Amino acid sequence: MQVRSSVRDPLVTGGKTVKDVSHDISRQVEGKPTRLWWMAMAVSLALFGWGFYCVCALLWNGVGLWGLNKTVGWAWDITNFVWWVGIGHAGTLISAILLLFRQKWRMSINRAAEAMTIFAVICAATFPLMHMGRLWLGFYWALPLPNAFGSLWVNFNSPLLWDVFAISTYFTVSLVFWYLGLIPDFAVIRDRAVVQGNMLRANIYNALSFGWQGGAKTWMRYESVALILAGLSTPLVLSVHTIVSMDFATSIIPGWHTTIFPPYFVAGAIFSGFAMVLTLLLITRIVFKLEDYITIYHIELMNIIIIVTGSIVGVAYITELFISWYSGVEYEGYAFYNRVQGPYAWSYWSMMTCNVISPQLFWIKKIRTSLVATFVLSIIVNIGMWFERFVIIVTSLHRDYVPSSWTQFHPTMYDIGEYVFTFGLFFTAFLLFAKFFPVINMAEVKSIVKTDSETTHEAHH
Amino acid sequence: MDADKNFLVGVFDDEDAVLGGIRKVRESGIKIHEVFSPFPVHGIDEALGLKKTRLPIAAFLFGMTGTSLALTMQIWMLGYDWPMIIGGKNFVSLPPFIPVTFELTVLLAALGMVGTFMIASGLKPYSWPRQFDLRSTEDKHVMAVDLDLNKGKSKEEISRILKSAGASEVNEKSFE
Repeated sequence: MQVRSSVRDPLVTGGKTVKDVSHDISRQVEGKPTRLWWMAMAVSLALFGWGFYCVCALLWNGVGLWGLNKTVGWAWDITNFVWWVGIGHAGTLISAILLLFRQKWRMSINRAAEAMTIFAVICAATFPLMHMGRLWLGFYWALPLPNAFGSLWVNFNSPLLWDVFAISTYFTVSLVFWYLGLIPDFAVIRDRAVVQGNMLRANIYNALSFGWQGGAKTWMRYESVALILAGLSTPLVLSVHTIVSMDFATSIIPGWHTTIFPPYFVAGAIFSGFAMVLTLLLITRIVFKLEDYITIYHIELMNIIIIVTGSIVGVAYITELFISWYSGVEYEGYAFYNRVQGPYAWSYWSMMTCNVISPQLFWIKKIRTSLVATFVLSIIVNIGMWFERFVIIVTSLHRDYVPSSWTQFHPTMYDIGEYVFTFGLFFTAFLLFAKFFPVINMAEVKSIVKTDSETTHEAHH
Repeated sequence: MDADKNFLVGVFDDEDAVLGGIRKVRESGIKIHEVFSPFPVHGIDEALGLKKTRLPIAAFLFGMTGTSLALTMQIWMLGYDWPMIIGGKNFVSLPPFIPVTFELTVLLAALGMVGTFMIASGLKPYSWPRQFDLRSTEDKHVMAVDLDLNKGKSKEEISRILKSAGASEVNEKSFE
């Protein structure tokens, strides 16, 4: 009994059966890493190593190594922080919001996207911790722990503290959600290892799978837990970037103090997140031969989300400009005039080109179904979203209220090094994930193989 | 004494076969120990007559614990233990306390619910489950029937019923 829709493209191509899904996805966990994987790992570790040197130097000498000055007290660190947190948002959108909307195309991309979320949030968290200078005190300064000063508690009125709670909750809940999905798939690898006689692997994956069996009652509870986690994660992911935007919006710096920030940041986050998902998946599907699971149809749907969120971001940029004029506030007006015309105009126009103009190319079907075009545009969008944060942060700060404080920001080797460090960390973690964990949610894909694939498999009755 | 040791294991090839099979097997009066599937099969809980899970209630209670814990913590710390003037605002003002309250509600609800799920389902590391058929995580749906709980029927009769219910093969499985 094979159901085929005449209006929707199949989500899994190549006539896959349930058994093929286990085989295709487990294969890369069971085999030896390919030469391509080792090469990528070597590059990631090199980036990580050089970045790690810069991080150690920074912790040894202090944040004076960064190019910050009295006027521009926040620059690359917070830009990178917001950029990485934003990237994480696509993973949760795919796994939680698309689950609530019963979008089945999420199933073959959610695992890798959630992994990306987790690693991106770790990368993001390194920046505020490094900016504290004394990393090891970060927990005492950021968390409401009893201390020897009275106890002097943290300030619950500050968005920076809300951020601590938002990011750590987001990280924990995403990790739990991701791991929950991995449990049944670890059991698949365990049982295959028993059949193959590899008891070491069987024991490791059994421990990872918490002794999963897949009984009907457990699956019923599991689905209920997944649905509630999705329901909890949906407002959570929206709250995270809302609170990140409040780091800026609640201060009285021209260009920051606007009510548009929360929705504008959330849309931008999803926009950049989908771009990063595409960058990663386009490589993963080729390296691990997953073309039948991550199809052109998946890529096209993600590109459509990029058009939608990219257009929201574009409207937000234009609204900001309009309001800065319409409000009649001269400080607001100047902040935006300076963005468009000032010494950082090049970054403003890079942002406009990358984020507003380039995603509009996806209106053309040929472009949004082209792998090369998608790959190039996904990287352009990520560059654009980095510039967006840089523009918001540095152009608003570098022209202070008092012209004698006006200055420029120049990154040092250590600003760049810390950014490179997070890239090394991110790609090393992602490569380890892609090698040792199943990159596609086998259990979910198996549940749609029968109704959503072009399988030639005849059901048994 | 002997319960939970000797089983007959019916192997079904796909979700429709196992769903129909469960009904037929239950109609013939056999008690099913458990059905193992490689992926969640919709309708299997009703076919087996399973009660609805109460995990949503657990999640709600954990969430409420988070809400009250967060509010109590913030009001006590900034209102009573060390009141501080921040921007000339009231010591205890609810709006700035909402973000942390929300986050802790979600955190406790999620962790509490998943923890409850793990304990209720007996999921723990370093314990090997009883494996009735290794293919049940790969592609087969496996129905286990406890022979000692179905003493009214002979092994051959149960095996025949499983086959006629759609099982592609029936195997015996005993545990120590």
